[in-house]
Amino acid sequence: MSDQVILRVTTKILVPAILLFGLYVQFHADFGPGGGFQAGVIFAAGFILYAMVFGLGRTQQVFPSYVSRLCASGGVLIFIAVGLWSMLRGAHFLDYSVLGHDALEGQHLGILLIEIGVLITVFGVILSIFYFFAARGREDV
Amino acid sequence: MDLIIDFALLALLAVTSLAIVRQTNLFSAVTLLAIFSFLSAALFTVMDAVDVAFTEAAVGAGFSTILLLATLSLVGSKIRTPQVRIVSVTARTPSRRPTFPLIVVLVTGGILVYGTLDMPPFGDPDNPVHRHVADHYLMDSEEEIGIPNVVTSVLASYRGYDTLGEATVVFTAAIGVMVLLSGLRRRDTLGEEAWGEEGLEDLDPGLGAGSSSDTAVSVDGAEGEEADQLRDGDGDEP
Amino acid sequence: MRILGLYNYWVFVFLMMVGFYILISRRNLVQEILGLTIFQTAVFIFYISMGSIVGAEPPTLAPGVEGIVYANPLPHVLILTAIVVGVSTMAVALALVVRIKEAYGTIEGDEIADLDTASEA
Repeated sequence: MSDQVILRVTTKILVPAILLFGLYVQFHADFGPGGGFQAGVIFAAGFILYAMVFGLGRTQQVFPSYVSRLCASGGVLIFIAVGLWSMLRGAHFLDYSVLGHDALEGQHLGILLIEIGVLITVFGVILSIFYFFAARGREDV
Repeated sequence: MDLIIDFALLALLAVTSLAIVRQTNLFSAVTLLAIFSFLSAALFTVMDAVDVAFTEAAVGAGFSTILLLATLSLVGSKIRTPQVRIVSVTARTPSRRPTFPLIVVLVTGGILVYGTLDMPPFGDPDNPVHRHVADHYLMDSEEEIGIPNVVTSVLASYRGYDTLGEATVVFTAAIGVMVLLSGLRRRDTLGEEAWGEEGLEDLDPGLGAGSSSDTAVSVDGAEGEEADQLRDGDGDEP
Repeated sequence: MRILGLYNYWVFVFLMMVGFYILISRRNLVQEILGLTIFQTAVFIFYISMGSIVGAEPPTLAPGVEGIVYANPLPHVLILTAIVVGVSTMAVALALVVRIKEAYGTIEGDEIADLDTASEA
């Protein structure tokens, strides 16, 4: 569809705004609606829009399929690593109070880290599911 | 004013769901489902569930629609109407008349409506669901965790284990789709797949020996446009 | 207020029954998945309407202000998880439908059953 001028120009303007909005939603989880899941989906939607307009081949040059699979597993790994870090400090699994010098600071740090983990996982999963569906039956990708 | 919007949104939801039942083309049914998801996101906003509305709009109306359209481009969007099949009704083929499902649905709906007569009044702050744990979360979240958004604090800290389970479920879905859809498969008649031919060595589609003599997926009728949109995007490559 | 509350629950029952009807009376696999999605969304609406309070604020604490009634955050958290899990199962279901189409050539349930019967015979 990249031979259509309106779609091409609008996508080039919109995709950075979408990615920025995804990061905004992620880091404002503490103060308003948002969080890892919504931010991951919005972030992936930017890439999906790019893929729909400019083609799957170019998108996979920008963000290859194996990187999205790495993201999917890496995010869950970050989540579990935070839990194990709490255990290494002597508390229960996923007890964030011991992660900082203060209970409140520990909670802030723990919530930030696991929301980042959830963002990376959801982004990787959504993008890789889209790649699998869109590449089925094509041999030029 | 809230009540009027609530009333109107619920009525629109009911009408949209009835419209989905009566569709004969899957493409329009998928579009109506996206409208349904958006209306329910608006309903969640009116009921003060802003996080849920955000997630439903992003996931339900956004990604679900993309997935369904991608499936329709691979599968075809014609719904075969029941009255085409009039011969070869075997003993295992169920009846074509829609009255039996309608009766089952009406009976079940009647029982459920009878059950809702016992529910506590809608929106009452003294409901039993607002006792016990929810009070503790709202009142102690400020001292114990210190972030304003209580939904995030409950999701990430008080119920962090459930969120770990959710992330694992999402990851398992990616693995499931990968096992089912990775690699190219040639069009196969039923039952003759050989498991060794599955492109397990090329988890990147297109890299390995994808033995596809016909990559033309069945495109029939009206969904040729979105099939083209998902397939022929790279028209500007030299 | 009582009638409005009951109207809320009755519309949820109606939506759930519409989804259930699509599921049991249609043979097309993708249409059945659409029915499941409607069913699921109706259950979400039920949970959220159980947790809502008339005249309440969204559950984001305003610092320092006393006496505000907040909506119950616990159903919101449950439904957030449920929405994401629902879309995950839908993704796997659609992948299965794609594979069934490639194997059988059709996505109508009774034609698949007939092809199975014919291949066993």
